[in-house]
Amino acid sequence: MITKDQVYDSDPVDRRVPLVRGGHDFHSITEIVARPTEVKPINAWYAVFGVALSLLAILIGSTGFLFFKGTGIWGLNNPVGWGWAIVNFVFWVGIGHAGTLISAILFLFRQKWRTSINRAAEAMTIFAVVCAIFFPTIHVGRVWLLYWAAPLPNQMDMWPNFKSPLMWDFFAVSIYGTVSFMFWYVGLIPDLATFRDRAKTKIKKLLYGVFALGWRGSNRHWLNYERAYLILAGLSTPLVLSVHTIVSFDFASGQLAGWHTTIFPPYFVAGAIFSGFAMVLTLMVVCVKLYKLENLITDRHFENISKIILVTGTMVGYAYAMEFFISWYSGSQYESFTFVNRAFGPYAWAYWIMVSCNVLSPQIFWFKTARTNKIILFVVSIFVNIGMWFERFVITVTSLHHDFIPSSWAYYSPTVWDVCALVGSFGLFFTFFSIFIRYLPMVAMAEVKTVLPEADPHFGDEEGGHLHG
Amino acid sequence: MGKNPVCVLAQFKTTKALYHACERVRDEGYVKFDAHSPFPIHGLDRAMGLKPSKVPWIVLILGLLGAAGGMGMQLWMNGVDYPMIFSAKPYFSWQAYVPITFELGVLFGSAGAVFGMLGLNQLPRLNHPVFNSKAFSTHAADDGFFLSIETKDANYDEVRTSKLLEGLGALQVEHLKE
Repeated sequence: MITKDQVYDSDPVDRRVPLVRGGHDFHSITEIVARPTEVKPINAWYAVFGVALSLLAILIGSTGFLFFKGTGIWGLNNPVGWGWAIVNFVFWVGIGHAGTLISAILFLFRQKWRTSINRAAEAMTIFAVVCAIFFPTIHVGRVWLLYWAAPLPNQMDMWPNFKSPLMWDFFAVSIYGTVSFMFWYVGLIPDLATFRDRAKTKIKKLLYGVFALGWRGSNRHWLNYERAYLILAGLSTPLVLSVHTIVSFDFASGQLAGWHTTIFPPYFVAGAIFSGFAMVLTLMVVCVKLYKLENLITDRHFENISKIILVTGTMVGYAYAMEFFISWYSGSQYESFTFVNRAFGPYAWAYWIMVSCNVLSPQIFWFKTARTNKIILFVVSIFVNIGMWFERFVITVTSLHHDFIPSSWAYYSPTVWDVCALVGSFGLFFTFFSIFIRYLPMVAMAEVKTVLPEADPHFGDEEGGHLHG
Repeated sequence: MGKNPVCVLAQFKTTKALYHACERVRDEGYVKFDAHSPFPIHGLDRAMGLKPSKVPWIVLILGLLGAAGGMGMQLWMNGVDYPMIFSAKPYFSWQAYVPITFELGVLFGSAGAVFGMLGLNQLPRLNHPVFNSKAFSTHAADDGFFLSIETKDANYDEVRTSKLLEGLGALQVEHLKE
């Protein structure tokens, strides 16, 4: 007998590999996704969660000490007033962007392969935004006065300065976090209903029941639901582009050589998508391996992700080259100096780590053997994560450390407390992510079911039926 | 707890069976009926004869309110209530207020989409008669396809409606109480 996979592989109209393999039906998809949350966690989960909790403890401890002593414990000095805290902020916000790209932009483009990875990618977005918001929060020094950033009545009768890009950023990032959370939660409702109906213990029944909001799969509800989801995707798409644009304004609206350039918004957005997809790849390669999701997240998904990494990595490389060109073409001696200093000055090591990780390492994805090899995928994704962190380091620190007056030049190096904050933020991220994997559906079941051929009400009809839609 | 059934529930095996059953029930003149499926089924709205969703209107209104409120807030705070000169710009430099205006428009529009959707669907809701069916609470969010007709529907008749659903290939037909 021919299997379902063989039938689709030989589909004469659309020769693409099916999105779900292994002859799954609706029920077996529910089983695959729900099982990891219903049985005792695998050992690897305990290991990851344990490490994440220890790193989180480092974050809490070092932040407590920071509040006690002040930002002087960091390596900040006079020209370099934005150190690792801002580097980490931009790094984490950027990672979040891939989740929204997958959930919103690929949805608008009807890229059905997104369905199996969008849930985890959106979760990644929310947790990354939490990590991102953490850094400017602690960087302000007197955290208890953070509410001054919000337009709230206060004892000085003053309002925030809305002409400042830092203010735009405050709004952009917090709204981005809120909207991403709403988008994610709306997507979760039908799957929470599935979990509610499968729940065995009283507490699970209660919690999944409350958060499923009484969802009963009614088609009158699906009608509003699908419309709301489409609109959320439509609103999130310009939102995500605006967020990293505004983050880049934090730099670009300053007068500093190396920051004051119009290429920043598109360059930052491309870099954000690039770094975020690398993080998606890191997480997915591991999750697929540990939870045996090969039939839902197939080689085709990984190939698509690595192609996006190749494209955006090359765009980032183009931006690096164009920055150099403009610094020469502008005729500004400060610009020219800054860029030569970036590549050959005291921070040349950071610059070349950035270039080799971000521009050179993804080039291996021109080859299909690399795109389908999980080990190569994982290694390159780690390189890109490192490279994109260094990109933010290069932009922030090299521009600041040698500014207009040579007498105020200095070399910036982090202290152990900077390292604790960065390492600790990974603890925060992975603590959230482990809890997510343990208790929530990491694949959007309801959406994956819609890409099965039998989900089409005209499946098997003589005419009008279409397998891949 | 009413004694009389409030709805009749039929289970179908495939999306196709549910789709055609909906078409038929619609053509028989039923209005107060609903389909239930673990995922949205393409084209089922038309098969049920549903009108387009009102969510976009809620989003449009709230989005515009959010954007107008955002621009108004910035103009008033920095230009009227506590006028201050920043970087030699005029008090009413609306250009600098565009990013926050946009962001607030998106925030209110998104909130409108989420809460508008929940409001139109009358969710959250603690319970519903369909959950009294064992088959429904096991399969409706997993792999089952259901059609429910309210007994309040003008066309409802206990025998005739059950017959209709059975004739459409229902796996089973249940009468559910409150």
